Formats: sequence, structure tokens, C-alpha cells
Amino acid sequence: METKNLTRRNFIKLSSLTGAALTIGFYFPAGAKAAEIMKTETADSLGVDLNAWISIDTNGKVTITNHRAEMGQGSFQSVPQIIAEELEVDLNDVRIIFAQGNNAKYGSQITGGSSTVRGTYKKLLHLSATAREMLIEAAAKKWNVAASECYAENGHVIHKPSGKKFHYGELVADAAKLTPPASVQLKDPKDYKILRKPVPRQDTPLKVNGTATFGLDKKLPGMLYAVVERNPRFQGKVKSFDDTETKKVPGVKHVIPVKMSVFNTFREGVAVVADSIWSAMQGRKVLKVEWDDSGFEHFSTEQLYARMNDDLKTKDGLSFRTKGNFAAALEKADKKIDATYETPYESHSCMEPVNCTAHYQGDKLEIWGPIQGPDWVQGLLSPLVGLPEEKIIVNMTFLGGGFGRKAFMDYPHEAAVISKAVNAPVQVVWTREDDTTQGPFRPGMVYQCSAGLKDGRISAYKAKLAGQNMDHQWPGAQKDSYNGSTTEGFLEPYFESIPHYSFSDLPLDVPIPVMWWRSVYASTNGFAFESFMDELAVQAGKDPLDFRRQHLGEERYQHLINRLEEVSGWKNRKKNEGYGVSITECFSSIVGEVVKVSKKADGKVKVDKVWAVMDCGWYVNPDIIRAQVEGSIVMALGAATVHATHFNDGKAIEQNFNTYKMPRITETPEIEVHVVDNEEKAGGVGEPGLPPFSAALTNAIFDLTGKRIRKLPFNLEEV
Amino acid sequence: MASYTLKINSKTYTVEADPKMPLLWAIRDLAGLTGTKYGCGIAQCGACTVHMGGQPVRSCSIPVSVAAGKDLTTIEGLSTDNTHPVQQAWIKEQVPQCGYCQSGQIMAATALLKKTPNPTDKDIDTAMQGHICRCGTYPRIRKAIKTASQIMNQKASAK
Repeated sequence: METKNLTRRNFIKLSSLTGAALTIGFYFPAGAKAAEIMKTETADSLGVDLNAWISIDTNGKVTITNHRAEMGQGSFQSVPQIIAEELEVDLNDVRIIFAQGNNAKYGSQITGGSSTVRGTYKKLLHLSATAREMLIEAAAKKWNVAASECYAENGHVIHKPSGKKFHYGELVADAAKLTPPASVQLKDPKDYKILRKPVPRQDTPLKVNGTATFGLDKKLPGMLYAVVERNPRFQGKVKSFDDTETKKVPGVKHVIPVKMSVFNTFREGVAVVADSIWSAMQGRKVLKVEWDDSGFEHFSTEQLYARMNDDLKTKDGLSFRTKGNFAAALEKADKKIDATYETPYESHSCMEPVNCTAHYQGDKLEIWGPIQGPDWVQGLLSPLVGLPEEKIIVNMTFLGGGFGRKAFMDYPHEAAVISKAVNAPVQVVWTREDDTTQGPFRPGMVYQCSAGLKDGRISAYKAKLAGQNMDHQWPGAQKDSYNGSTTEGFLEPYFESIPHYSFSDLPLDVPIPVMWWRSVYASTNGFAFESFMDELAVQAGKDPLDFRRQHLGEERYQHLINRLEEVSGWKNRKKNEGYGVSITECFSSIVGEVVKVSKKADGKVKVDKVWAVMDCGWYVNPDIIRAQVEGSIVMALGAATVHATHFNDGKAIEQNFNTYKMPRITETPEIEVHVVDNEEKAGGVGEPGLPPFSAALTNAIFDLTGKRIRKLPFNLEEV
Repeated sequence: MASYTLKINSKTYTVEADPKMPLLWAIRDLAGLTGTKYGCGIAQCGACTVHMGGQPVRSCSIPVSVAAGKDLTTIEGLSTDNTHPVQQAWIKEQVPQCGYCQSGQIMAATALLKKTPNPTDKDIDTAMQGHICRCGTYPRIRKAIKTASQIMNQKASAK
């Protein structure tokens, strides 16, 4: 699954689409200058290049370059599905390869922010339709007929009156000589043949017989394996090490100190490099390292939360978004409500532990690995290893989970450093313990919410959040800048319907590396905002769905609430059942979830069922959306009820799945996902299903038991 | 270091290994069969599950010296062309997301269905609860095991 073996020789290049790429402004942000480069390239006598995304060879075989990572979310399927629709080809005739990192060519390749589809689909549709029209035009010219008499279907252009047909492969050379049409007609969604259909994912067959190549499956001739004993304290240094015993372990070749870039600092450790993973691990066991842990704070979880709570009590915070006069409106309210919510630090814990393979060869560096942002890796590594970006080749393998962790560039840097030091290709393997303890983590947060109700409606609303700001970790960051994600997850119409509000944040400045964790701040904001909304509904004496309906005037939200009410049987709930609702919005998608809980024979609470309604606007594949929402709910269930990362003496405590426990099949409720059909702009799919879940669950528990849970995680057994 | 004979998927591999080396690494790095995955190294996640003498085992926690000579089956041994009913069911129900844990899940499901051709939800829970899927494909795993059971029953009755 790499581009490496795909030489340019295998491609037919179609120079004419250079203009189209430029017209749609997707590949070459620099404009005309970049177009020149493209034209030079396509003068290559080996062929003609349709563009960076689609190549059709003279056999009619279509190759699609997927510029985004595949980490389970389905971009392997969704990007080609978009292209195949307007290009009029069968998905089965399409070969998909992962692109190498190349920002100039593809634009941002970062797979994050649920952006793969929503950021690119319009351009992809236009691009594919343009290619199709050029092939039609080429055929019409060959037949000397009007292009309007021809149409494209299943990789062919057909002359309607005569039934004559050309295979795309027979047309590429001629199409290359054409000027791309100024505009193309896109299909009406009701005519879609591939889009919006639950087309099976093309990566599934590879993932049921062991042939999908993940980062850890990469093998290179002469490759060595490394494991690294890193300082368990995030900013600690290596004082000295004794590798006497390590070097006695058969297979161990090198023991070297390493530093890898982690935001504004370097993580230090000692790498054991051997001819097998096992030997490297054995060598590490007997390695003795003395750490220098001076000059920074050795914090504990209790201290962190005490500080956040203190800050919330004593400081106003950095104002993010306000309207009206909260304090004055609160004075006039009929009822005043306050609540504080707490969410934990979390590890990403992808099933494929972090790993990276690097081969430094003096004038170039090649990298293979489970990487979410190949172009980011190029950008970070270029100054660090002293090579221009184009000499850093980043190959994306399949990712055994990503969730934001694998968008970070520490591990490719470390692999590059080790490969350079030992002058060989090296695969750096993080053990599960390394993966769980070393971060970056989802930041722990505390939310202080206050509101006033007047005449059964929210008249004043204030939310202050305390926690680490991810942006403050970068070198030179403005630490007095507010958290841009302060309201992430909050439904947009509330800003209209609530007359007075105030949102602010209090950044916690501690040396714990934190990074995007599936749905980022929305993953914790959603719990606070939607728990509080439920508390307000209860105080207002309103049904929680009606209370939201009353504050969310827009039709799109009303539709979602109606759908949620209908599918969950909200109105027909029985006396011994608890129902909870939560609705959040992030990455341009709105998701509502209803959780149903009941009591088991032993009196303990069990989660019976979850209904989700996803409104992500224009979409590609309903089955992938359902799968993503199912997975988001299970991941949220884990963060709400099973796992959390704690710190003591400056180190993460939980190390492996025996203490950082995961939700299991036994705890997973039935999940029913509904996808809304509309023509709104495409929103994200991989993340927005996560933020509403935990509040829907605790709201349901309140409905059943009257007990309000304001701190995650909690033990379902102890409710 | 010692020499061991591993019988994996009816093929014999002679490997030189430290007797304590977990079977997982022998399968992956010495036999070169990378479908079996490393997840935790402490028998908590099930990603490394293979069959030894027909039983599902955690290859990360079995020394190569113990596995030598025994009949071993890995994901590659089910079928390479996805004709095994469990593989077919996994495709039909579109189970995998990232896919990393699925080799282990499939090996556990296969062992379950061999022993219990018509598993109840409880049987499925018992057999599969040792397997972690961070993508949360559990609802589909449950469905796929039932689908695989049907496929197997249909095949059996066709014979």
C-alpha cells in the first residue's frame, strides 16, 4: 500500500488537466508558477498525467491517489467513491494507492478534524467530472460527432445514436491534448450510482486475511529494530547510562542516547538497537539509565485538578465569546443554576502502538509508518535533520488506529535520529507501555457552568473551562491567547437564542504533552455543555428534548430533534427506564444521541441501547458513517466509564490494558445509527459522533436514578 | 539461542531463537507472517491470537519453546483468498475499521464457531471479551459471528 513501487513509467500523464487543477485551485496554492512546474513534468515523454489524483493508463486502468491516511475512518473508500461517481468508473476497476507526503501537490494532507471528505469533496467532484468531460470530448472528436451525443458509463464513452464505444484507455492520449472545459455539470444527488450507497470498503478484504500492511509490518533489507527507554517524566533528561548488560544480549547492535522533538522541548531517552524486536526489548530490560529530573515540576493528578479548580474560583479567564451582559441578566433570572464538571486525561491507545521505520541515507530520508500527516512530518523534520522537504519521503502505511495521536511528529523524528546514528534502516517500536505512558494525551478539563432561567428559558449562560491549551505548547506560543475551541461542541443556534452569554478559558500551564484526541475539545466540552443543558431543562421543569427544541429555532435542528424523538421512542418510554439525550455540533456535523438505561436484577445500572442521528450534510457512504458513529460511541463509553490516565510524581501511572482498561464487547450496548439526508455542506464523520455520548449517558442515569454524575470517568457498577 | 521447528499453517519453519522469545515474534519476525499483531504483550488485548492445537492462544505470552512442534494456525492459515466463512462474514458485515485487531478477533471467532456452531450472545461474550477493538467494532463482530454461523450451517447442509 505504498507509492514506492509505482514508478512514473506506469502512469499516463495528461497535461491538459494542469489547467483544471489550477482552476479549481487545489493542487498548487502558489498559483501560476506551480502550474508551470506541472507542465514541465507532463512533458515527460513517458506519458501524460491526468492529475495527482486520477491516472488512467492505456489499458483503461484507473489509479486513484489517496492523499489522506487510512486509520479506520474509511478515507480509503470515501475519497475514491467520490471520484468514481463523477468519473463514471466502477470502483472495482480502480486501484487505490496512498500518496506520499507532498504539500505542494496535494494541499494539506493532515487527516484530522474529520476533514477528509468535507474539505475536499467539491473539488474532487469537479475534478472527476472534468476528466470525464474531456474523455467524452476526445471520443466525440474521434468519431467526428457532437459531444452531446455521447455519454460516459463504467469506464467507457458511448455514442448514444450508434452504440459505438471507446474504453477510457483508448482516449487518454487524445484527451491529453484538449483544453479542460471551463465548467462542468455535476450530477444531481438523486442520480448518484455510487455515492450515498453502502458500498463495501475496499480495504476490508485486506484486513480479514492479514495482508494489510500496517506500520509494524514494514520490513526493509538490513532493517534493525529499536526500542527506546525514554524518561518517564516528560521533560527529564538522560544524565548517564550503563549498557554493559544490554550489550551482552545476543542481537543487540547499538545503544545510543536519543532526543525527539515534542512541541517546544525534546524527549530524551536511550535507544537499544538490535536485529530483532525481541532482542531490543531484552536489551532494554537490563539497561540502566540515570535521569536528570531537576528543573521542572513533578505534578500529580490531584495537584493539576486542584489548580484548575482554584483558577476557576479566583480568575475570570481569557474571554472567548460573549454577548450582552451575563451578570446583569443573571440578577434578573427566576432561577440560578451552577455546576462544575470534570473530565480526565486520556491516552489514545491505538491498537497499533506507535511505531515508525526510517532510513536515513545522507542526502535523503525515507520514512514509512502509520502517519496521519505526512506533509507535517516533512515540515517538522526538514530543519531537524537538515534536509530539504523534498528529500524527505514519507510513506503512509495503514494505520492501526490514529485518533489524533498519529498526527504528531515526535515518533518519525525519533526514528530518523536513530537511523542516522546507526546508519541503517531502523524500525522503532513503542511497546504498549510506552504508548500508554508517554503521551501526548487528551487534556483533562474542568468546566464551571452558571446560568439563569427566566420564564422557562435560558436568559443568561456562562461557561468557563480550565485545562491545557494545546496551542500553547508550540515554541513561541502566545500563552495569553484564548482557547479557540472553547465553544466547540456547543450548538450554533444557542448563540442566537440565548440573550446573554460568556465563554472563557483558563489555560493550565504544565509540562504534559497534550494532543488531539478524537473530536478534540468537543470530546469533553460536549459532556459539560450537554449535562448542564439537561440540568437546566430539569430546573425549568421541561422535557429535555422539548427544552432543546425551544432554544434551537433552525429547521435543521428541529428536524434532528424530531427524528431522534421518533427513532428512540422517547415519548413512549416506560417507567423503569432512564432516557437521556445530548446533541453536539463539531466539524460541521450535528449529532444527537439518546441513551436508554435500566437496572439489572442486582440493582446496578446497565446501558440498554443508544440511538444516534447524524446530520453531516452531503455524504458519501452511509455504512461508513454508521460504523464511525458506532465506534465513536464505544470510544466515548470507554472514556466515560472505564479508563483515564492519572499522574503521580510527574509520571503517567497507567501503563497497559490491565490498568488502562478498555470497553469490551460485553459492555457494548446495541447501537442504532440514522443518517439524515439533506443537501447541506458536507460535515465530518469520524469524530462528531463522540461528543454527545457521555452526557446522554449520565443524563439517562439521572432520569433513572436522580443521581447527577458530573465527573468522568465513573464506574457504572457503582452508580 | 536454540533451534525450533514451528508448524504454522501446515508448513514447517525452522527458526533460531531465544527459548523465551514469545511465539508472536517468532511468527512475525522469524516466519515472516505479519497478519498476527502485537497489541499489549501481556495477554490483555487478544490482537496476537493464534490457534495452537486448535485452541485460541495469546501468542505474545507463549514462549517459542512451548509452541515448537505443535500445530499452529494464524490468520494466513484460514485462507488467503477470503473463502473461510468467518472471513466472508467479516466482509459481509463490514466489520473492520482500522483492522489492526481483526486477525485476533477472527481467530477467536473461528475457534468459538468450531466448538459452538450456533453461539448465543452469551457464548459470543465469553469467547470475545478478551479482545479489544479501539475502533469499537463490537456490534458488528457480534453480528458477523452470527452470520458466519449461518454460512457454516448452510455449507454443512449443502454437503
